[in-house]
Amino acid sequence: MKIFISLLLLALSLSPAMAVEPSEVLADPALEQRAREVSVGLRCVVCQNQSIDDSNAELARDMRVLVRERIVAGDSNQQVLDYMVSRYGDFVLLKPPLKQATYVLWFGPPVIVGIGVLVLIVFYRRRDSAGVEVVEAVPAALNEKERRRLDALMKDDG
Amino acid sequence: MKRLMYLLPLGIFLVLAGYFAVGLTLNPRDMPSVLIDQEVPPFDLKPIRGYEKGFSSEDLKGQVTLVNVFGSWCISCLAEHPMLMEIKRRELVPIYGIDWRERDPEAGPRWLAKRGDPYTLIGDDPESKAAIAFGVTGAPETFFVDKRGFIRYKHVGPVTPENWESTLWPLVQELRKQ
Repeated sequence: MKIFISLLLLALSLSPAMAVEPSEVLADPALEQRAREVSVGLRCVVCQNQSIDDSNAELARDMRVLVRERIVAGDSNQQVLDYMVSRYGDFVLLKPPLKQATYVLWFGPPVIVGIGVLVLIVFYRRRDSAGVEVVEAVPAALNEKERRRLDALMKDDG
Repeated sequence: MKRLMYLLPLGIFLVLAGYFAVGLTLNPRDMPSVLIDQEVPPFDLKPIRGYEKGFSSEDLKGQVTLVNVFGSWCISCLAEHPMLMEIKRRELVPIYGIDWRERDPEAGPRWLAKRGDPYTLIGDDPESKAAIAFGVTGAPETFFVDKRGFIRYKHVGPVTPENWESTLWPLVQELRKQ
């Protein structure tokens, strides 16, 4: 147990490995914080599924530097993102924006889940009503022919 | 009707399979450039070592031009280099170069000295300033710029004799007519 707790503490104490190099970090911690927030939302266009904040690619590094330059020059976070989108398109944003072209992307999954739930409700309702009928149907009693056959078999055995 | 219901999963599967068949064969690196039909972003690059003139966005006005992003570190640029030399030799269209992300400032000039220089002007872009402004994701990329200085087409990957003949050269001629 002690080992488990110490391992857990160790894991919690580790900060995720970031690609930001010490030379890139801005002197002003508030601006650096904003640069990090912006970088986390920007895709490294070379490596595709990493943000520029944790990519070691050279182009990602140059994009991080550019983000910081723009923030120092007085751009708001949104202005920096807008600049990147104007160069690379929405693709550069790791979280796609909500607009007409992305409606299917954003609303597709909930709609499909909704349809699934509807299908389930209909299915169970039908099955339940069918189940009631089955319970009511008592097996028919033996007819004359069957009873004679059963008697014969019992006698044979005895 | 009941029977048809049993076919539903198969139908859903086929639709999904169709989407995957298309989606998974698309090249995720093929990205539509948002810069098509937009003016060339303003930039002013210094010359590479040993060259007198740099390259700025102002140089692109008045005629149809190609802007080629290359680097001495880039293998595909080596592959397309003979074709660019051929375009220069036949004086088909002026090619301007952006020498992208050279770690060693001598590397670009040395590469060109060894293999020939197909470029009218070359700008040095060690920190991707122009590359990011152009929305470049890799080298080589070639932008086709019309007389007004608007980007009209982006070609990703090497220029080869095949794609030059089939697509790129007709495009240059088309842009010249406008």
